[in-house]
Amino acid sequence: MYTQALDTHGKEPLPAATGESGAQAQRFQARVDAEDKIEPKDWMPDAYRQTLIRQISQHAHSEIVGMLPEGNWITRAPSLRRKAVLIAKVQDEGGHGMYLYSAAETLGISRAQMFEQLLSGTAKYSSIFNYPTLTWADLGAIGWLVDGAAIMNQIPICRCSYGPYARAMVRICKEESFHQRQGFEIMLTLAQGSGAQRAMAQDALNRWWWPSIMMFGPSDADSKHTAQSMRWKIKRFSNDELRQKFVDITVPQAQFLGLAIPDRELRWDPGTQHYLIGPIDWNEFHAVLKGNGPCNRERLEARRAADEAGRWVREAAAAHARKQSTRTPQAP
Amino acid sequence: MSARTYAPNERDPAQQEAHFRYVLRLGDTSLVLGQRLGEWVGHAPALEEDLGLANLALDLIGQARLLLTYAGELEGRGRDEDALAFLRDAPEFANLTLAEQPNGDFGHTIVRQWLLDAWQLEIYEGLRVSADTRLGAIAAKAIKETRYHHRFSSGWLIRLGDGTQESHDRVQAALDSLWRFTAELFAADDVDERMKAAAIAPALTELAPRWSARIDEDLRAATLKRPAAQPYPWHGRRGVHTEHLGHMLTEMQHLQRTYPGVRW
Repeated sequence: MYTQALDTHGKEPLPAATGESGAQAQRFQARVDAEDKIEPKDWMPDAYRQTLIRQISQHAHSEIVGMLPEGNWITRAPSLRRKAVLIAKVQDEGGHGMYLYSAAETLGISRAQMFEQLLSGTAKYSSIFNYPTLTWADLGAIGWLVDGAAIMNQIPICRCSYGPYARAMVRICKEESFHQRQGFEIMLTLAQGSGAQRAMAQDALNRWWWPSIMMFGPSDADSKHTAQSMRWKIKRFSNDELRQKFVDITVPQAQFLGLAIPDRELRWDPGTQHYLIGPIDWNEFHAVLKGNGPCNRERLEARRAADEAGRWVREAAAAHARKQSTRTPQAP
Repeated sequence: MSARTYAPNERDPAQQEAHFRYVLRLGDTSLVLGQRLGEWVGHAPALEEDLGLANLALDLIGQARLLLTYAGELEGRGRDEDALAFLRDAPEFANLTLAEQPNGDFGHTIVRQWLLDAWQLEIYEGLRVSADTRLGAIAAKAIKETRYHHRFSSGWLIRLGDGTQESHDRVQAALDSLWRFTAELFAADDVDERMKAAAIAPALTELAPRWSARIDEDLRAATLKRPAAQPYPWHGRRGVHTEHLGHMLTEMQHLQRTYPGVRW
């Protein structure tokens, strides 16, 4: 799963490094315009590199932190099939994190540096993972809504101008769409289940709807990097366009489940052929991004605790590898 | 194992009960160990180990599903994998006591895993030629997974044992603490004797020395000391567990117990 359009919330792209010739920049933009893929060893503007490092590493962090709210239910999954599916899903997310870190590494940053940024709190990750998973239905809602929103964000990135990111995203999207269907199937089972199960499903939708809507990032009017990212073909659609697509697809699904979207102003607009939603509470969004969401502290503490508790293990592995390399007989 | 062919319709009730128990023990051991490993997901020392431990958990839950489904059929009382996993109390669980021990630090988890991987390697290898072809097919699938599990756990045992002084001390302490549960691994009782006589299961007495040799080989590579044999008061396979299992089940069974009779 991924991430809102976090690229719009980092620092400003760095100014072009000195020595970048106008001709190089023009050739670069011409390749991007021609839908050529930019590869790691190709020349690229420094601001393009920095934007990608920020976006890909935030995406990777989101996958890793995203393991926590769902991992929270592995030991309590209500059937062995659900348990196996959930473990596989959380494992997929770890795998996504791994290839995204690798994709970012091709831009000249190490995984250790990126981890350090995550643990020190300087790097961002998707605000959605700062919400708690309180009941089993939350696992259904996350798959259905959060992974659904993630797919909407990520499908266009399969055509991103940067080759390693685009290719990583192709595989990730396939797995995400599987996760989304699994989540919907959990919701369907609950919606067709007992009264208590239906209530659990509705409660989960109530809590996850707006945070999922916010995953697409600030509205276009407030989104400062969209234009440049679009020129570089890192981004293909604006936040509001993607959000609208998500709403249009998801509202009928909720109706199919017999669940109510928690938005009294939600209505079908025959003129635009879209579902229109009520106002988004951007104060909540910014509060969560600033670290004041329900679980920001817990998520970072869990990552830091794992890092700290694993230090002796990593040191042992490195020490053993050193011993092995000195023991290995030299080839004659 | 003899070449006698196993025919289900020859079973007497005691034999049928033993057969159920035998498969249940295998299934419960995989389930309880898989459940413990599931606690690690998201919290491992490195991303690769997170994925590795999740993989092990996934394989073990998969084994548990096949074995418990089969156990339910052998029992003939209509209990499926979930009824067996979620609706039994601790004294009805028949896993090896070692499997239910808490994760502790990564060294503890690795030692527990490695001891049980080495055990499963022998058991599944022996079961591949079982007169019970269904069990043989499950073992044939599980042995492939178990070989990978043992590579993972023995690899880490060696890295930790022969890593830093701290890692060596930690993993030796884990071994010293968990060794007391190993005597149960090959202590045959009536169920094992019956299964052996029916050529369904390998003879535990034959497997023990092979397990022991493998353990010694890995310990040498890890520069660790094999603890002295200790008497064992635990009989998880007969439902006499440590205090840890009840807590694990309380968590694992929470939803099924709170909302009985619904579909998930």
